[in-house]
Amino acid sequence: MEEKRHTLSVLVENTPGALARIAGLFSGRGFNIDSLCVAETLDLTLSHLTLVTHGDEFIVEQIIKQLRRLIDVYKVVNVTEEKKYVEREMALIKVRAEKEYREEIFRICEIFRCKIVDVSPRSYIIEVTGDREKLQAVIELLKPIGIKEIARTGTIAIKREKKSP
Amino acid sequence: MTGAQMIIEALKKERIEVIFGYPGGAVIDIYDELYKNPEIKHVLVRHEQGAAHAADGYARSTGKVGVVLVTSGPGSTNTVTGIATAYMDSIPIVVLTGQVPTKLIGNDAFQEVDTTGITRPITKHNFLIKRIEDLPKILKSAFYIASTGRPGPVVVDIPKDIQQAKGEFNYPDEIELRSYNPVYEPHVKQIEKAYSLLEQAERPVLLLGGGVISSGASPEAIKLAELLNLPVTMTLMGLGSFPGEHEQSLGMLGMHGTYYANMAVANCDVLLAVGARFDDRVTGKVDAFAPGAKIIHIDIDPTSIQKNVKVHVPIVADCKRALTRILEIVRRVKKPKRYWKERFKEWWEQIDIWRKRYPLSYKKDPNYIKPQFVIEKLYEFTKGEAIIATEVGQNQMWAAQYYKFKYPRTLITSGGLGTMGFGFPASIGAQIGNPDKLVIDVAGDGSIQMNIQELATAVEQKLPIKIIILNNGYLGMVRQWQGLFYGKRYSQVKFHILPDFVKLAEAYGAVGMKITRPEEVEPVLKKVLNMNSLVILDVHIASEENVFPMVPAGKSTTEMILV
Repeated sequence: MEEKRHTLSVLVENTPGALARIAGLFSGRGFNIDSLCVAETLDLTLSHLTLVTHGDEFIVEQIIKQLRRLIDVYKVVNVTEEKKYVEREMALIKVRAEKEYREEIFRICEIFRCKIVDVSPRSYIIEVTGDREKLQAVIELLKPIGIKEIARTGTIAIKREKKSP
Repeated sequence: MTGAQMIIEALKKERIEVIFGYPGGAVIDIYDELYKNPEIKHVLVRHEQGAAHAADGYARSTGKVGVVLVTSGPGSTNTVTGIATAYMDSIPIVVLTGQVPTKLIGNDAFQEVDTTGITRPITKHNFLIKRIEDLPKILKSAFYIASTGRPGPVVVDIPKDIQQAKGEFNYPDEIELRSYNPVYEPHVKQIEKAYSLLEQAERPVLLLGGGVISSGASPEAIKLAELLNLPVTMTLMGLGSFPGEHEQSLGMLGMHGTYYANMAVANCDVLLAVGARFDDRVTGKVDAFAPGAKIIHIDIDPTSIQKNVKVHVPIVADCKRALTRILEIVRRVKKPKRYWKERFKEWWEQIDIWRKRYPLSYKKDPNYIKPQFVIEKLYEFTKGEAIIATEVGQNQMWAAQYYKFKYPRTLITSGGLGTMGFGFPASIGAQIGNPDKLVIDVAGDGSIQMNIQELATAVEQKLPIKIIILNNGYLGMVRQWQGLFYGKRYSQVKFHILPDFVKLAEAYGAVGMKITRPEEVEPVLKKVLNMNSLVILDVHIASEENVFPMVPAGKSTTEMILV
């Protein structure tokens, strides 16, 4: 069966140990976590967790059911199945920026709408936001110049509302 | 009111009559309150593992929640096997563990252990109480979560300073948890689909699991089977949900199931599975399990459905309610009993051929006691009215095969985790919950030594449990595998030293007896069952007797080794 990437949006009670329960569920049952992002929501008693995983249809169904089975999990949505959703990731990339490279860096930043958020004589820090493919493209282009360090967030995702009422 | 007092009050509100425990530094305050509240009976065990199994046996045999009270650190880690056992078999127990004072948590304090961290994957849920204000609600939640939906163990870790802190005791009568809403009522459409599959079936089988027992659905299952003339098989956990001697019972299926149960499932066209989770010991090789069948699966836990086998009609619901709804349709449709009798006549003829071809059997031997014979006699003499706890291994399988369990909650066995040392402490809990019933632990010489210390508990509590040790001097089930699949290389399965179980019983103030000859079985067993004290009966059985039929691990259930 075909393995696919799935982005799950999970609302979970903001209690100590809730994240450990979710992480433990994945390791204990041999499921994959590709990325994980957790933050509070407007309702401070709930945390919003975006989790990217992969597996065939049956595995992903099990993952969702097992998540729902946790007492602390309030809601699970497979946003990949909803099709209409917005997904973003962010990366901070520290890149070599000696004089001869600067123009090329500016060009890449312009094309990909990146921001240069820190400047020092020999390096820049570039902020890039977008989906995984975009981030990957920027990284590939910057590699020949010389990436010193990268920090990436996991994916966050949210469902789009219907366009017409 | 102090936290410790609140705990006792909460137990009273939950109508807890008995708790199983062992004191220690981090629970002294709770024990102090217990001292002042003798109406809650406390059973002092000899090892915390025994407490967890006893609470579990109490819960399995009565349907009530079992309660455990232990101290922090080793007290809590000693319950881990018991908690995991209850978790695998969905048994409602609440385990209260002491914890070091909140300000010391994380400091590697004396007898500190991360109890919630350790028990997280083996509990339905667990709590660490950090504020006295939360205590009443957490205790209410613990009992609610343990006993509703798919039941299971819940651990509540209570730091010593919380036990001593003062607060107001507002114990809610009802509780609602927004993130926990078990579904009980089945989807009407799914029920209709299930019925229509049964109506179209030519070779149906009804498969009953532990969920039938925990939801109290046995009467409905019997009714449905009888009205529709369905052949019935059970998982180990489901034994007793349908009377073993009923003419429609095919007994247990799976690795050590009957030939005819496995053949019926392999050849059926509709399989109605109720409260069973298609464990690997039941399915054998999954691809070859009921290959031609449309499967209807009723289970309260959505994760059980589509986990191991592909299901055609999934029904997430309480087993009792789902069966009740199917029965409503059966009554509405009003097909007479003889219609169903006629409809499945050929199917039953086929099953009867299988039954006759390979009934459950064993070779008799005038020189050695056969364990199967002992269980048969046990059934005969108790008329199926006893509660049978088992240990794990050959003793467990012989008990499952040859004791024809008549009622739900009369087989107390560790099905999922397969915990050796479970049976005896579990029978302590069962006897305390059922003082008027005969409670028997069918044991092996290996398993019984794993919680033998609880003899002191049982004698102290004056419990007339009968321990029948099927003694072959081996770790018999492992020896059986080594014999069949590992070229008879008996690696570390022979006990060269066994205690004298008769003297051992006597040392604890119980009665010990030993038999070695087949002709002794009937008179001595009769005598033992009529004694009003704890008895160990050490039965020296044929040492290399195997459990058959057997489906080798990973093979199809039709590839049975029969003798």
